[in-house]
Amino acid sequence: MHFEYQIEGGNFTRAGFASSEIKKMMKQLNVDMGVIKRTVVSTYEAEVNVVAHAFSGTIYVDLDEEKIVIQLQDQGPGIPDIDQAMKEGFSTASSAVREMGFGAGMGLPNIKRNADDFQITSEVNKGTNVKITMFFNK
Amino acid sequence: MTVNEIKERLSLTILGGQKGLNNQVSGGYVSDLLSDVMGNADAAQVWITLQTHKNVMAIASLKDLAAVILINNHQPDEDMLGQSNEEGIPVLATSLSAFEVTGKLYELLK
Repeated sequence: MHFEYQIEGGNFTRAGFASSEIKKMMKQLNVDMGVIKRTVVSTYEAEVNVVAHAFSGTIYVDLDEEKIVIQLQDQGPGIPDIDQAMKEGFSTASSAVREMGFGAGMGLPNIKRNADDFQITSEVNKGTNVKITMFFNK
Repeated sequence: MTVNEIKERLSLTILGGQKGLNNQVSGGYVSDLLSDVMGNADAAQVWITLQTHKNVMAIASLKDLAAVILINNHQPDEDMLGQSNEEGIPVLATSLSAFEVTGKLYELLK
């Protein structure tokens, strides 16, 4: 199965929509609750990153009997130093975003901790690609 | 213990999500950082916070939280309440600080 969701940069009222749809889909397929929980954390954080930092983005979801692969491609400023961005507590979020309780520099570490496989590539002034893979029988 | 029992025992005001008053509560989590809650809260917990925007409900729903308690008389945004009603996740308010309401809830649940 293949699904796509659009993400609008800056629009926090829709943040979490795709994660919620993915959660519902996995529940219907009776995927283990622990796997669903980790998928939700990873996907939500990745989704919020696009809303908080990019202009727009697309989530591509591919699902089969063994795994779900969630790819987020955004058009945005990109990340100049990924190692630095991966550090707990490091954030470039605006003060408005921080006031909402986002931008604590916990998003990418949360994804890494919860995803079975996590890959991130980025090009400055172009955008960032995040790929999250979750296996159902682990 | 249900959300409703906690509401009665701690004299909380219910602002939305009445459908979820019978949700079972297993514990609580106190934080105003959304990623902290996303990463560390567990299903069936009550989230104590001062954040009052719609994303609170998105997280509460994704994490299957039992309810949200807003401290210091903070009032939720309208779209936060809308989603609380839609999802059936109660939003409760208290005049107490996070420290005080957490202490009382801990006593109730321990």
